[in-house]
Amino acid sequence: MTLKLDNVSKTYTLGAFSGKTLRAVRNVSFDVRPGQVVSLIGESGSGKSTVGRMILRLTSITDGRISLDDEDITTLRGGDLKGYYRKVQGVFQDPFSTYNPIFRVDHVFENIRRSYFPGVALSEWTGRLETSLRSVNLDPGLVLGRYPHQLSGGQLQRVLIARALLLDIKILVADEIISMLDASTRIDVLNLLAELKARGLGIVFVTHDLSLGNYISDTTVILRYGAVVEMGATEKVFGDPRHAYTKSLLAAVPQLHHRWEDEGFGDTSMPVELPTARGDAPKLTAVEPDHLVAG
Amino acid sequence: MTVSGKDEPPPRPLAPATPAVAALPAAVAPVRRRNEALYYALRNRKLVIGFTIVLVFLLIAIIGPSFSRHEPLAYDGPPGIGPSADYWLGTTMFGQDIYSQFVSGLRASFLVGLFGGGLAAIVGMFIGFIAGYRGGIVDEILSMLTNIVLVIPTFAVLLVVAAYLSVRGIGSEAVFIGFTSWPWAARAIRSQTFSLTSRDFVDMARLSGRSTLQIIFGEIAPNMSSYLLLTFILLFGGAVLTAATLDFIGLGPTNGISLGLMMNYSVMNAALQLGMWWWFIPPGIAIAAIVGALYVMNVGLDEVFNPKLREA
Amino acid sequence: MLTVDNLSIAYRALSGDVLALKNASFSVADGEIMGLAGESGSGKSTLGRALIKLDNRMRHVSGTVSLDGETLPIDDDRAMIPYRFKRVSIVPQYAMSALNPTRRIGRMISELLTSRGMDFDKLRPELERRLLLVDLPVEVLTRYPIELSGGQKQRVVTVISTLLNPSLLIADEITSALDVSTQKAVARSLVEFRDRGFIKSAIVITHDLSILAQMADSILVMHGGRLVERGSVKAIVDAPMHPYTKHLIGSLPEVGVRYADRKLAGVSGLNAALEAMSSPDGDRDRPLREISPGHWVAAWGQA
Repeated sequence: MTLKLDNVSKTYTLGAFSGKTLRAVRNVSFDVRPGQVVSLIGESGSGKSTVGRMILRLTSITDGRISLDDEDITTLRGGDLKGYYRKVQGVFQDPFSTYNPIFRVDHVFENIRRSYFPGVALSEWTGRLETSLRSVNLDPGLVLGRYPHQLSGGQLQRVLIARALLLDIKILVADEIISMLDASTRIDVLNLLAELKARGLGIVFVTHDLSLGNYISDTTVILRYGAVVEMGATEKVFGDPRHAYTKSLLAAVPQLHHRWEDEGFGDTSMPVELPTARGDAPKLTAVEPDHLVAG
Repeated sequence: MTVSGKDEPPPRPLAPATPAVAALPAAVAPVRRRNEALYYALRNRKLVIGFTIVLVFLLIAIIGPSFSRHEPLAYDGPPGIGPSADYWLGTTMFGQDIYSQFVSGLRASFLVGLFGGGLAAIVGMFIGFIAGYRGGIVDEILSMLTNIVLVIPTFAVLLVVAAYLSVRGIGSEAVFIGFTSWPWAARAIRSQTFSLTSRDFVDMARLSGRSTLQIIFGEIAPNMSSYLLLTFILLFGGAVLTAATLDFIGLGPTNGISLGLMMNYSVMNAALQLGMWWWFIPPGIAIAAIVGALYVMNVGLDEVFNPKLREA
Repeated sequence: MLTVDNLSIAYRALSGDVLALKNASFSVADGEIMGLAGESGSGKSTLGRALIKLDNRMRHVSGTVSLDGETLPIDDDRAMIPYRFKRVSIVPQYAMSALNPTRRIGRMISELLTSRGMDFDKLRPELERRLLLVDLPVEVLTRYPIELSGGQKQRVVTVISTLLNPSLLIADEITSALDVSTQKAVARSLVEFRDRGFIKSAIVITHDLSILAQMADSILVMHGGRLVERGSVKAIVDAPMHPYTKHLIGSLPEVGVRYADRKLAGVSGLNAALEAMSSPDGDRDRPLREISPGHWVAAWGQA
């Protein structure tokens, strides 16, 4: 069940008549295989969340092709799209926005039941819910029947993962799912993702935090202004970065036991690269097996 | 700067043996949402007073006619007498029982309000939800439609309609009001829907395979239920007032009686100059009181739903 | 020089007052950048805010704060006005929203200074000099905020907050949720200003220990409204003593550390640490003791 992105692009038109376009994502290609975690790493404006949304078909794809197991999902609609969501699901950044605040958290499960398991008896369904919640280390009794504001961010995110697991998903898109959580809960959710990966789930891990990406991913894709600048096996990209941007990113990561080495302040050019002035993505060349660099 | 509720979890059960961490009180007691609304509702003077007034008139409209001793339009009684034992609110210039007319008229007003306002609410919701949720070209077309209807001079249209329909009833009046007063409701609902559609929980519902209608009525509308209620109340009040106005200038139903019609007749027959206050004051007060009370109720309800508006 | 003595602050909640800060005592020397670290709910933000402006829900219960030998009237909003911006200043969290999008930066600054009775023209040369020091061209003043990157905006805000050379600068989560390169620029500019003497001392509030390791001289760790450990950056990072500090340090994923190599401990580690820090009868409010010069640790376990 491989998810394949082939030259995917997203272009927004600004205003009805201005003719200006914003190329948010440019020619991005990568694969996600079962049991593989792919990190999409980038700063704000890099297009990483847009890629995640395109995989989830929440944003339309302007150019290129996304396929799951060779089946083109780029323009699926209606029942076919619903079927796609049985295999691919997502969790977002802000747990308190992902839940409809006027309903209990059970509502997210109810929606799944109504869409995909209408015939299942209530007792059987409750059993499945409990199994799913336990598999994400949550006690069903402490979670079911509660309102979102009564639970912590970590619990809410894990409930969403449990929801996704009710379907037999192959790919999970995790878009900055831990950036709003406490340090300790972050680790727990990360470790959970690693466990799920070991059980065969493919994960697209969107983040701006390099150390998190490094912790659990097998493959790393570095995005800048919508285009891939470097990608490959995580140890190769982090261990032997070739692109100037990757190097500056790594040099900027604050670490406990190393001080920043250089003296600069970071990107100081002005004006900032305008998103409307972007050309085609630079071509990627392989510098070694499983390690591609732009330019 | 206030404490952000998002970063501060409520005392969360870490592990059975460990007492919960003392947390800042940003997120507090377990849910009492509906009870909380009711609690504040019962304490809001505007809401209570407004509601009581409307309720009183409604009861009169429902029960009143069973006490009528005469047909509203029958020329039974002595013409132009004031309130008396037999004719509680006196009679018209033509000897019609004003009490009877009044309670029937009240009924008619409430009915027009309900159906006219209700129809406007339904059309407004339909258009507002779809325009707000879909956006894009659908929104542009629906907004254009809304603007056109908004700009139509309803009075002129009504004159034309009146010319064609020689017999008009309450039903057609309600339909007319319903189809001409929905635009502002559609606009308001559209903008609320816009802001809710961009929330993550709508995306999550899409990922759960929910259809457009299921999302609109399952996720978005419940989230704006208080707003919809406020909108309906305003439409109801507006319909009552519009109907009264139309009746007053003679463009209302051709049969039956209504408060506006009573005002119309009383003015046409110089009731003011003749001092027959019992003819125009009851219907006038009733219209003003009902519509006013509805608007006041609305303000009160807004305060109940919107904690920031509360004074206390 | 800042001295905080036995400071306690409570929050007004529906069910009564909750102590968010309990008997905090510490000092920050001139020239020192102290990191104030802790998770959400630890009381670090309350402490930071108490030093500059108590909002309506906060109540000063006990204790004193003195800056350069002078007691700060923290519970009197009016009396604090002459101190704010000039003696104590704060860098807000989201520079993006601190800058008015409809005003050019220069105009905004001049309006701000004028409203505080200052002469913009007199301060302008110094303003320009400082902008250049953090690698911002002077033409920044003629631009609208939207024309600047996040890092540039944050640096502008830092320059503005420190324009009058405050004795103490409070930075509340100024690097959270920012891109790494922006974080670096922001952290760097703060250190630069301290080095140049524009600010005497700073308190950097954050949950991110690794950024403190880059910019702070000392770290104060808080939990549950109490101070848990205080020491130099080196001591805290390389040899933490308190179980909670150890857990915090140990739960940071670092570049180079992978799940396959070493699985980090999450909430279970936290629980173990909290268990360890309580006294035998479950009390978590333990006194701070100086175990070596400049290194204080709260008592834990049996001690």
